[in-house]
Amino acid sequence: MTLRLERGTFTTTFTQRLKELSGQDLFTCYQCGKCSAGCPSASVMETPPHAVVRLAWLGQEKALRGLNTYWLCAACLTCDLRCPKGIDVSRIMEALRVMFLRPREEPDMVAPDSLPKDMLSRIPQQALVAGLRKYTK
Amino acid sequence: MTRIGVFCCWCGSNIGGVVDLDRVREEVSKMPGVVHAECYRYFCSQPGQQMIEDAIGEHKLTGVVIAACSPSMHEGTFRKAAERAGLNRFHVEIVNTREQCAWVHQEEQEAATEKAIGLIAAMVEKTRQNEPLSPGSAPVVRRALVVGAGISGVQTALDIANGGCEVILVEKEPSIGGHMAQLSETFPTLDCSQCIMTPKMVDVAQHEKIRLLTYSKVEEVTGNVGNFHVKVRRMSAHVDRDKCTSCGICIEKCPVTVTSEFDEGLAARKAIYVNSPQAVPNTPVIDAEHCLYLENGKCGICAKVCEIGAVDYEQADEILEFDVGAAVVATGFDEFDPNLKPELGYGRYENVITGLEMERLCSSSGPTMGEIEIDGKKPKDVVFIQCVGSRDETVGNEHCSRICCMSTTKQAFLVKEKIPDAAVTVFYMDIRAFGKGFEEFYDRVRKKGVVYRRGSVSEIYRKKDRLVVRAEDTLLGEPLDLETDLVVLAAGLVPRHDADDVAKLFKLSRSTDGFIKESHPKLHPVETTTNGVFLAGCSQGPKDIPDAVAQAGCAASKVLSLLESGKLTTEAQIAEVDEERCAACAMCVTACPYDARTLDEERNVAEVDEALCQGCGACVAACMNKACELKNMTTRQIGSMVSQLGDRS
Amino acid sequence: MKTYYYPGCTLPDKARDFDTSARACCELLGLELEEMERWVCCGSAFKLDHKNIMQHLAPIRNLAEVHKEGGRLMTLCVFCYNSLKRANYAFLAEPDKHEVINDFIESDYDGKVPVVHLLEMLKDEVGFEALAEKVKRPLGGLRVAPFYGCLLLRPQEEIGFEDPENPTVMEKLFEALGAEVVSYPHRLECCGSYLSLKDRDHTTSMVTRVLESAVEAGANAIVTSCPMCNFNFEFFGGELVARDTIHTFYFTELLALALGADRKLCGLEQHETDVDRLIDEALAAPATAAAGSETAGSGTSGARASGDQAPDARNG
Repeated sequence: MTLRLERGTFTTTFTQRLKELSGQDLFTCYQCGKCSAGCPSASVMETPPHAVVRLAWLGQEKALRGLNTYWLCAACLTCDLRCPKGIDVSRIMEALRVMFLRPREEPDMVAPDSLPKDMLSRIPQQALVAGLRKYTK
Repeated sequence: MTRIGVFCCWCGSNIGGVVDLDRVREEVSKMPGVVHAECYRYFCSQPGQQMIEDAIGEHKLTGVVIAACSPSMHEGTFRKAAERAGLNRFHVEIVNTREQCAWVHQEEQEAATEKAIGLIAAMVEKTRQNEPLSPGSAPVVRRALVVGAGISGVQTALDIANGGCEVILVEKEPSIGGHMAQLSETFPTLDCSQCIMTPKMVDVAQHEKIRLLTYSKVEEVTGNVGNFHVKVRRMSAHVDRDKCTSCGICIEKCPVTVTSEFDEGLAARKAIYVNSPQAVPNTPVIDAEHCLYLENGKCGICAKVCEIGAVDYEQADEILEFDVGAAVVATGFDEFDPNLKPELGYGRYENVITGLEMERLCSSSGPTMGEIEIDGKKPKDVVFIQCVGSRDETVGNEHCSRICCMSTTKQAFLVKEKIPDAAVTVFYMDIRAFGKGFEEFYDRVRKKGVVYRRGSVSEIYRKKDRLVVRAEDTLLGEPLDLETDLVVLAAGLVPRHDADDVAKLFKLSRSTDGFIKESHPKLHPVETTTNGVFLAGCSQGPKDIPDAVAQAGCAASKVLSLLESGKLTTEAQIAEVDEERCAACAMCVTACPYDARTLDEERNVAEVDEALCQGCGACVAACMNKACELKNMTTRQIGSMVSQLGDRS
Repeated sequence: MKTYYYPGCTLPDKARDFDTSARACCELLGLELEEMERWVCCGSAFKLDHKNIMQHLAPIRNLAEVHKEGGRLMTLCVFCYNSLKRANYAFLAEPDKHEVINDFIESDYDGKVPVVHLLEMLKDEVGFEALAEKVKRPLGGLRVAPFYGCLLLRPQEEIGFEDPENPTVMEKLFEALGAEVVSYPHRLECCGSYLSLKDRDHTTSMVTRVLESAVEAGANAIVTSCPMCNFNFEFFGGELVARDTIHTFYFTELLALALGADRKLCGLEQHETDVDRLIDEALAAPATAAAGSETAGSGTSGARASGDQAPDARNG
């Protein structure tokens, strides 16, 4: 994939909005990869968390849209706990979810009626509340 | 009749781009006493200074006001120029129109211009009332104090002593050499640290101009540049240093074992001990905290076995006092404590060690005689982790420690030498190979088969008898769990735990990273905010050995040029006492931070020691009777400055 | 200060075992609780986008209810605990928003209601030595792997009850109860949380990683304080669960048992594995660490005894 970097990319409204929503200054990131190293979902992510931060830093909205990274983030906060620059990466993931959830045209990622019966009968209520809020419009 | 000339500098576009200097000149020309006003692009330049000199002659100026950058920058320059034109230097005053007007009010040009005019008006008033002053002089004690005897302190002491001045070298530990004495080989040349350090240590101990005080602490520093008075506590070693022959029988027979600081906890020492066989001095000391006899009167074996009776349980601390003309602080650094990064398992897993511990393992005089092994087991694979506690805001260390990239590279090389089939991996964020020969060395080590993976480690955990390093190769974008047998943490350099005490002792500032602050990062790198106190080595910030040695030489040359000058120009703008008004209440004596104020009990008045007074004005503020005045900053002068400003606002 | 119990949505239903056993524990320990009369959703997962305090209205409303009565709030589910405590922290950090929120929820909340977890009360108010003395049935045959997961301890500056990289509270608890505490590396991992709604294979691999490491270290029980972890472990635990190799408990179930509560009040009903057999065996075995003696609660030594002991030289 070729990324196009154009003049003004660093101050796109996208990056600014991401900074605002997450409350994190992603420009302080020095790409050490500690977030990715400790992320329990990194092995199944198409792009690891530190690279998502990098793309966001470069204002690459298009490249970020459609990635599975932030949907696979379980907000376990391991990255926040260990980031040497004190960045809450989980907040950046949440901000990306907020930005990309509403404009999605595909069907919802989780349909309650499609969940296995045995699972539905036992899964904690809190999972449905939190999960449906995360995955559905 | 006062005739003032005002010179408004553009400072390139620094001032000229914000403040309307034409208008300033116009306004200034109308001020009472001003006979000449002009603007120029750079008054600090040679033609600029010439313009000032010419104007003094041409307009017969009795005072000069220069509106330019901060006085800390060029006050000296302009005063010298005025002197060349025959004007007393204390008739020259600076108004800071750069920092205080142009820079802080960049967006409000009109207001900046008004402020500049006001400040100049006030300074013109002050200058009209200035008196010509002449500085005095004071003798300089031709002896220097050096605190800390690691490589920086040792080098400083040798350079000063070889230059012909006496040195008091104070070291807190029982022997000298500091961290460098603990190292194995040194990067990038792989010189053996002991081989290049020990001869210097011996030189220091034998130098006729150096008085070496080990196991000693500086407790008090008073006085001023050229004439400091220091008190040093020489802690009791409980061993008579003159009698002891360093035969070592006491150490052999001592029944108490304690963790060895010198071996970074990897070996034990006795309660009566020397750091290492190469220690200088080689006289043992008794660690009072662990000695059974000193604790509860039992044991006493060392005294019994010492045939010449050098062990002396009654020996007390000694307080020694010295006058010195200058001091060099070379107190070094501490290694970052990786317990503050609990995810890395230090303290929990014995095969997670720090860089300094690795140095002891690699050192042929270390606890394993240079074999890399933990509990007698040689690791098959070794992982190094960079930037532990450096560049890490969560532990409050924003700084780069500067040596870890290369010390790790060197240790990786040593592993490959000693265990050729070991898989050696270095996790790093950036490799900073900035020094002479560093990049070439980094190349050489990669060619030897050391694998560098860019990424920081999230966690280390134990799996059976191995360690698992959980990391990300950020260049591949792939997470990895790497099994290994030994993890070496390149723990960074942090300010010594007692940096604050040292700073207070010598009245020094510390920079935001906690290291002791130099007086200017570029132009005065070894000077401090206290005149006559200099810095060498890692007390000022992380440094490798070449840099530490270079800085030590620099500090020594500064000390020598101060001590060799023989006398010192003292402050001219100092306090004076109106004896008619003085009630000898001694408020000024308490207020003075430089011990320059005393009471003459017979005449019942306060006095000023002209050599010590720094002109800070604390006594003026403290004096209830308005008997104290600061020369050329009198209450009357301040009053007229304030009323000038008041009239204009 | 009166303690109001906030059960949350899951404890009255899918995590009844947690609720029943916790009530039994508090009763036996003399910790007085009163269930909040009116409680609403805690918000479940704490919303992480920064901007809008209004997103935290639900948890704040619960705190405002307790504020009215003048007490503190105790909760068990770590989702609730995390959400309520963090919302409280966010509320305190934005005093200029207090008025608008209070107007909206019709209260005068000041952000000062303490939010505590039962584990905190055990640690700070009961104390593990005192607890050990109250043990009637030491859990001798249990080899317990405490599982902390994510939300009980993070983020430290907002939750702040244990070191999130090196917690000891559950280890000390189970040492006090006479169980053998197992040290294993993955006690701070993520169980997969509600990723299980969507990425079930991935959840399986996350759960397996944790359970395998606990079993490898010798555990026969993994203990949580979270219905989500509990569910994921049992539902995605595969063979390890199907073959009764490892059992999942809420810490309160085992605590109630050790304190001598009626077996019916210890929960133990909603389990996927045959916990009854395990418990019968466990109670028959002699206690491991001497429960009720002065050695209980003696720091983390038990947890590390299985090989993670720091070398003595380090401590010197």
